[in-house]
Amino acid sequence: MEQFHTTLGQTNFLAISIFFVFVLITLGITYWAAKKTNTTSEFYAAGRNISGFQNGLALAGDYMSAASFLGIAGMVATKGYDGLIYSIGFLVGWPLIIFLIAEPLRNLGKYTFADVVAYRFQQKPVRIAAATGSLMTIIFYLIAQMVGAGGLIKTLFNLPYEFSIIVVGIVMTSYVLFGGMLATTWVQIIKAVLLLGGASIIVFLTLSKFHFNPLNLFEQASSMYGEQVLSPGGYISNPWDALSLGLALMLGTAGLPHILMRFYTVPNAKEARKSVFVATGLIGYFYILTFIIGFGAMVLVGQDVITGKIGTVGDKGGNMAALLLAEATGGTAFLGFIAAVAFATILAVVAGLTLSGASTLSHDLYVNVVKNGVSDEKGEVKVAKIATITLGILSVILGFIFKGQNVAFMVGLAFSIAASANFPALLMSILWKRFTTKGAYFSIATGTLLSLVLIVLSPTVWVDLFKNESPIFPLKNPALVSMTAAFVVGIIVSLLEEEPRAAQLFEDEKLRTYLGVDAE
Amino acid sequence: MASTSEKALKVIQSTEFKNLVKKRWSFSLTMSLLMLAVYFSFLITIAFNKELFGLKIGNNLTLGIVLGLGIIFFAWIMTGVYVLWANKSYDKTVEELKNKL
Repeated sequence: MEQFHTTLGQTNFLAISIFFVFVLITLGITYWAAKKTNTTSEFYAAGRNISGFQNGLALAGDYMSAASFLGIAGMVATKGYDGLIYSIGFLVGWPLIIFLIAEPLRNLGKYTFADVVAYRFQQKPVRIAAATGSLMTIIFYLIAQMVGAGGLIKTLFNLPYEFSIIVVGIVMTSYVLFGGMLATTWVQIIKAVLLLGGASIIVFLTLSKFHFNPLNLFEQASSMYGEQVLSPGGYISNPWDALSLGLALMLGTAGLPHILMRFYTVPNAKEARKSVFVATGLIGYFYILTFIIGFGAMVLVGQDVITGKIGTVGDKGGNMAALLLAEATGGTAFLGFIAAVAFATILAVVAGLTLSGASTLSHDLYVNVVKNGVSDEKGEVKVAKIATITLGILSVILGFIFKGQNVAFMVGLAFSIAASANFPALLMSILWKRFTTKGAYFSIATGTLLSLVLIVLSPTVWVDLFKNESPIFPLKNPALVSMTAAFVVGIIVSLLEEEPRAAQLFEDEKLRTYLGVDAE
Repeated sequence: MASTSEKALKVIQSTEFKNLVKKRWSFSLTMSLLMLAVYFSFLITIAFNKELFGLKIGNNLTLGIVLGLGIIFFAWIMTGVYVLWANKSYDKTVEELKNKL
């Protein structure tokens, strides 16, 4: 087969121009959104005027990160079938969101998921705990995104790492600071359309070389690399590891603060429900595309180029597979387009994270803890904006600090905390009358601390990062233990001491929970 | 805050409302358990019996690919079924109960 040569790594002016146009358009939208963003409900929830379909697109845009686009395509390209196992884990949490969380969350809360965890308990301890779990999830996710972004932009545009991080920091802060949730939503919608459209075109161009039959592509792949690319390899060998990572991905998705926050942007529970259906369809479609893109890259680009055995752009994880395939099928101009889309993807995700972090700091901590729940509109928006700037600066600094570090484990950690600290407390608060203030507090604390401690002692950090011989804790992801413990502690502590007021409020709020009466 | 007026209290204590809550959670929890069961059987099968997933279907397709893509379709169908159920059955009862307030 002919050797594939790439222009990746050289400055691609078309890519930079397309990206520049994207930033200009989205900043234009931010300017428009800024005029409509004055109150807290407008800043945090876009005035609750986003339709279910729009929110479905925005949810998909918030969730599909550059890591899942480039990383999963790369995993399929280098390991074949195993990449599919990984991507399925990121999808299966969505049905749980619609079955268990979306509607009660929309009816009971105002701006953050902590509203729902804390609504019938003593505010201060539960808000502080829930805000901690929330911020930890956001920060670890944000670090992984920022470091990935810096490295990616260096490869895509040949711009220095630090410069890229600062650009990402400034643009995302501008979206959130001036345009709040309305601007963030539209950035995510545009990004979702661009990413799904771009990936669809790559798949179309790839399949056009195989008579539009994926089976011909699979045939070519197995004749080049052996039949094992079509069946499970070494990714899952230990069933306990599989179970633990599976739980983290599935239940963690249902505990991601920036995803949960999006349900407050729609007018009611019915639209919230519809938005999950749309998002699940789009995200599932996207993972099917990445599966075909991975195989396309394996065959048309070749594993040696993707993994860097030949040439200089490849890496062990195969992160450039999708981009190389774009170039192989559509030429340099198409590569420029897809590279710009990857950059836009990063911006949309970090903007969502920043907004969610800002709402936790201002709504959960400042208003409900410092100000005892009393706030004036103007004051709260001002605090939220200060929080946005703080988070913007913090994420740039963290991007600098973690430059060149292996931060892949941080995504797993973010999902583990989301599954262990956020999800159990949220679910028990919605479902269980006897749940108490102390139960919620200790459940969240257990989930957070165990996730943090166990991941350090796990093979992921203790062996891979600290270079110790053997791990102290055997599982790669702690969710199986930390999530179970969070549920058990929450249940036991609640059963030890009744809280009649919380139980009464659970009854009183039922019309709101189930009928949406007096919902925000 | 929800009002605990007499009317509201009457609705909360009505059999119709209690049935709605019960039906909602039995449906949701069944769907959730089904989703968990399908996903974890998939993972556990891979962990214990990789060969099964390597089984050929036709010339260039394996059982693993069919089942993997099958889970994605299953997730779609499950959310779709839930939306249909909620729009038709759940929302109807919600409207009826709201009219009593």
